[in-house]
Order: sequence, then structure tokens, then C-alpha cells
Amino acid sequence: MARVYIFKGFERFWHWTQALLIITMLVTGFEVHGSYSLLSWHKAAELHTTSAWGLMGLWIFAIFWHFTTGEWRQYIPTTHKMIDVALFYAFGMFKGEHHPYLKTKNRKHNPLQRVAYLGVKLFINPLLWCSGLFYLFYNQLGSVGLGGVSLGLIALAHTLGAFLMLLFLIAHVYLGTAGHTPTAHFKAMVTGWDDDVNEEPQGANAR
Amino acid sequence: MKVFKQAVAVFAALAFIGSAYSANLPDSPQATQKLLKSTADHSKFKELQKEFASGPEVTKACISCHTEAAKQIHLTQHWKWEFRNPDSQQLLGKKHVVNNFCTSVTSNYKACASCHIGYNTDGPNFDLSSESNVDCLVCHDQTGKYKKPAGFAGNPVTKDTEFPPGSGKIIRGINLSDIAQKVGQTKRNTCGACHFYGGGGDGVKHGDLDSSLEAPDKALDVHMDAKGLNFTCSTCHQTEGHQVPGSRYAPTAQDKDGAHIRGKVDHSNPATCQSCHGQAPHKKEAKLNDHTDKLACQTCHIPAFARGDVPTKMSWDWSTAGKRGPNGKPLVIKNEEGHDIYLGIKGDFVYEENVKPEYMWFNGKVNYTLADTKIEKANQPIYISKFEGSADDGKSMIWPVKLFRGKQPYDAENKTLTINHLAGQDDSAYWTNLNWDKAIAAGMAAAGKPYSGKYDFIETAAMWPITHMVAPKDKALGCSDCHSSNGRLEKVDGIYIPGRGRDHIALLDTAGWALAALTLLGVIGHGIGRILTAKRKH
Repeated sequence: MARVYIFKGFERFWHWTQALLIITMLVTGFEVHGSYSLLSWHKAAELHTTSAWGLMGLWIFAIFWHFTTGEWRQYIPTTHKMIDVALFYAFGMFKGEHHPYLKTKNRKHNPLQRVAYLGVKLFINPLLWCSGLFYLFYNQLGSVGLGGVSLGLIALAHTLGAFLMLLFLIAHVYLGTAGHTPTAHFKAMVTGWDDDVNEEPQGANAR
Repeated sequence: MKVFKQAVAVFAALAFIGSAYSANLPDSPQATQKLLKSTADHSKFKELQKEFASGPEVTKACISCHTEAAKQIHLTQHWKWEFRNPDSQQLLGKKHVVNNFCTSVTSNYKACASCHIGYNTDGPNFDLSSESNVDCLVCHDQTGKYKKPAGFAGNPVTKDTEFPPGSGKIIRGINLSDIAQKVGQTKRNTCGACHFYGGGGDGVKHGDLDSSLEAPDKALDVHMDAKGLNFTCSTCHQTEGHQVPGSRYAPTAQDKDGAHIRGKVDHSNPATCQSCHGQAPHKKEAKLNDHTDKLACQTCHIPAFARGDVPTKMSWDWSTAGKRGPNGKPLVIKNEEGHDIYLGIKGDFVYEENVKPEYMWFNGKVNYTLADTKIEKANQPIYISKFEGSADDGKSMIWPVKLFRGKQPYDAENKTLTINHLAGQDDSAYWTNLNWDKAIAAGMAAAGKPYSGKYDFIETAAMWPITHMVAPKDKALGCSDCHSSNGRLEKVDGIYIPGRGRDHIALLDTAGWALAALTLLGVIGHGIGRILTAKRKH
């Protein structure tokens, strides 16, 4: 176990800005959807659109960052120890067992995290991104040969994405408390320093 | 030295400019002369410097100079009261339609013709070819004194006349010579003399046209604002050769053209919003321009009609007419504001102000129930005029509409609306005798229609497009007026409106929230479990 600088500056900036934008977009998005009235439809739609552009800009930087730093490898899915991790959260945790996954700087996400984050990045985000752009540019769809796509269908896809994101958010925030202390993960995400990181195994493969 | 000379020259030039400038100051006689926009002062014309005993005499004087004017009028709906719809082939116009206000012009010409643009319009066969019967003054009067009282077949009264005869009521004669010498271009109140009072009174028929538009403020109409843009009717209804564009018999429901530009040949209706504003009028918020494919401008920009303190009639029930008061005269009941809500000669009315329109898809086609159309009581209400349109015909826009409801007589055996003889000095006129049998028989006879002798009352409804009384932009509808459940467009089908509950897939919303709640409960349970087990360990 060592205290290691695990979340770099950009990564933390990206994470928290994204968190703020996603929460804003969930709150305003469900108002635009008609689930409740909070800010007024006009303000909600305006804030939702502004946040969307912000988030898209952020994603472009984040994607660039992931590929140039090689950090994308953190999300390569694995089944190694996946069952163990699931069993830990289901039972072991209540018996005071140690987390079965030994995280290192280069493999900082456990197998469940990897699969969840990859799902967000490869399914929920693109679903929201595409349906959101279709929503924003609905009137221009005809000029690119997509005039047949109904707004109802676009909204359906977008709402589905929003619910999935909401489910992810609830689980993600809770699991943030599931470190070796309830605040450990939050501290690491804020300061970048995690005191529960293992030595990098020599010559180990990515699994 | 050269410099000195140049300086002198400059000073001299400046002094010259200065003196020339002072010649233009307000105290000079030239500047005070008011520029007349017209090249003619009609009071100087010898032709008009005489007494006129009748309208046609004035017209003869007018057309002695304006040689083509009457011929131009002859080509208009204003003159013919007839319009053949090129799509439906229905023969329309006041001469033919039956409405659910005073029902029809036929057999009531002497009264109704006070709004005809002609003189001696005493029946359906009035002389369409007469040039001297064209009424120039009704549109070109500038004095506000020109009147065509009901009962005179469209003629003004030039000598004090007792009317109805024996009633003791005197209609004052008007001086046509004075009016003729002051003619000018049409104004809001010349058009309004008829169009504000359609249906039998101020604001009754249209709801978006009433006397409050004679000198409106900005809040009532952003274009007609008397202290601002000060549009007249013809600013939009740009008239050439007396042909006034923008008829509700063949309205332009969708205008996909750009704004009209000088020099560019453009035969589209110049009275549409788009003919000035184009297709992308919203500069500040571009997303609003995305609405112009589906919404008529009027839908957001006319949040309500009858906004000028003049109420409009929303329904009229003829079936209750006929009651007399204790004095034996037709009963009159007024509301607190002094508007008739019951008249023995007309039945029950409902008046409303600041009315929210109905909204519906409209493609510009209007189907009329005419005098010959077969109707069934089972199909009540019978649509006197019904807008066609749908979300997917590519021609429709969502329009604001005044839906006017009525209940009126129909021939119970022949299954047609009836032509009713209402006005007149004779025994069969309903407004004289309150007798439907006589009034309908006389009306049908005047129209040359068969009548079974058996009448009943039938519920009717009519649609009127709302297009006037355009509010300033800060008074236009806001997003949530439509982007909400039970909003303005709640009943409009065929379109997904973000924020409107009825467009949601209920299963997705229910499942989504249920799963979110379960996830939340799950993590709370998991957390409690962790807390409890942690305590046990210590």
C-alpha cells in the first residue's frame, strides 16, 4: 500500500466539470421533458443547451487526453476477478473483508468499474450525444436526408439515455463511499492522491 | 500669402454655406409650407363643388376623372359579394354563404347592404354592371361623417328622414359635398366601418377586428400602434387597382417565401407576416426560428383576441329568441357591462374579452356548409365553415382560431339550413313579428329554395382565423404556454411537443423513475447494511 498521485489535474477537472454538467442537464432535461416545473421551461431549455455544448467541448478534450496519454487502457474490460468483486460488494463488504481487487496506478479501475465506465462511454454517452444533436438540429435533418426521423423517436432515445445516466449517477455516487473509508474515493478524486494503491506488479500484462 | 488667400477662400465658402443654411431655418416662409402627399386637393375640383342628392351623383363626379375606378371595383369581392373557391369550386361570398350570426344576406339586403361597397343594393339581383352604383366614399371618406344606415339598401341619407317610418326616430342627413371634397386614401376606420362591425355590432364577428383598432396602442397591435408604426389596413393588404389581397375565403395558411423585396417579381400574398419578416425573423434566439415550419406566426404573437376592451360574440342561440317583455316589446337583457346577452329578436348571446383562441392545423382550405348542403342533426355541431389540415399534409400550420358556436333554424325535412327573413318593414320579417314560420317561408321564397314548412334548431359552429391584434414581442406566448401539459396546444395532434405529457411513452417514464427509485433504495439499504455490520465488528 502506498500513497500515490493517481488522478492527474486534467482528469480531476474533467471529472468534476462533467459531474456538474451532467447533474445540471439531468435536472433541466427532465424539466424540458415535462416531469416537473422548476426553473421555467425556457430557462431549463436554455441551460440544458448551453450545458450540452459545454459537455461536448469537454468530451472532445477528454477523448484527446485519453488517447494521447494512453489512459484509455484503464477502460479495457476484463472478467478477471469480476465475480470476486461482485461477491465482495454483495457479501464480503459486510464481513469486513478486504477488497479483492488490488488497484495499481495503471489499473486503477476494478473490473466492475471498467465495465460500467465503458458502458457509459460507449453506450450512454453516444446515445445522449447523438439523440441530443438530432434534437438540437431537428429542423435541419431534412437537408441531410434524415427528414423522416420523428422528433418523438429522437426524444424517446434521449429520454432513455437520460434515465440510464440517472441510474449510473445514483450508483456511482454511492459507490464513491465504498472505499476503504467512506470518504477515501472522494478525497482521491479531489486531491488526486490515493493512499490505497498497490505497487505495480513487475511484467504483468494489462489484465 | 498663398496660405492667407486659401484661408479667405475657406472663410468665404463657410459664410456662404452658413447663409444658405439659415435660409432653411423654420422662420423662412418656404420651410413652413406643409408637404401634401397627394398631388390633388379635391376641394379645388369644380366637379365636387355642388350639392349631391345621392351617392351615385358623387360617383359620377369621381369617375369623370378616375375613369377606370368603377371597372376595377366591379372585379372585386367587395362589389360582387361572390367568390368561387378555385380548389373546392364552392360558390362563396356574402351573396351565398349562410353563417351563424344573422344567418344570410339573402332577403335582408336592404339592411345588410349598408356594408356593401355599392348603392341601391336592394336584392340579390342588384345591377352588377352599374358604374354609378359603386360607392367611392365608403372607403375614401376622411371626415368620419359618411354613414350608410341599415335599411337603405346601401345608400347614405342626405335629408333628415324618419326611419322606420312612423317610429319617430330621425336619421340625420349628411352633406355629401363636404365629404366628397375631402376624400383621401383608405384609413383604419374606413375599412373598419364595415369590418369592425361584422355580425351586427362592434367586434361581434371576428374578435380580432373591432373599433379598438381605429387608434390602437402598441400593446393592442404592434403594427397599427397609432403613436408608433401607425400601419393602416392597406399597409399590409397592399392594394393595386382596387384589388385588396388577403381574403379569408382563400387564406394563405402557409407562406414559405422570403420577404418581398422592391423590384423582385412576387405574386404571393403581401398581407402575410412572412411577406415582410421572412422565414427567420427571430434574431436574438435562433431556436425560435425552428418553430416557423409548423406554427403560424399568429399562434405565438396573438396570445388572445378581443384584447381592446371590446368583447366579441362567442355564441349565439337563435332557438331562444321570441320572448317579449312586460311591455309587449321584444325582451332585452343586458349584462353588467351593458352588453346585450338576450334579445327577443335574436336569442341568447355569450360575449367574451381576451379570448384564448383554439389551435388547429390549417392548410388554407375551408369547407362551407352552404344553403344546399344536406345536414343531419346527429352530426351536431354542423360546421358552417371548417378548416382543413393535418400535421402531415405538408401544407398545414398550427393556427389560432375563433370557434363561434350557434344554434339556428334548419329545415327539418329537407335537411338544409334555412334562409331567414329577418330585417324589413314587412309582416314576415322576424325582427318585426317574431314568427319563424313566416320569416323562414319568406326567406326561402326570396332565395328560391324549397321549404318543407317544418323547422327545427340545429347546433352549428364556424371557424374564423385569428390574424390581427398582433402583440408586441414581450407579450407573445412564452415557451411554457405550449411546452407543458394542458398548455395551449394540448389538443393539437400529430406533433411531438417537448414538455407535453401526452406525448410521453408512459412505459419509459414509469420504468425509468421506478428503476431510479429502486436503485436509490438499493444503495440506501446497502449503506445501512454497511453501517450496521461495521458497528457489530467493533
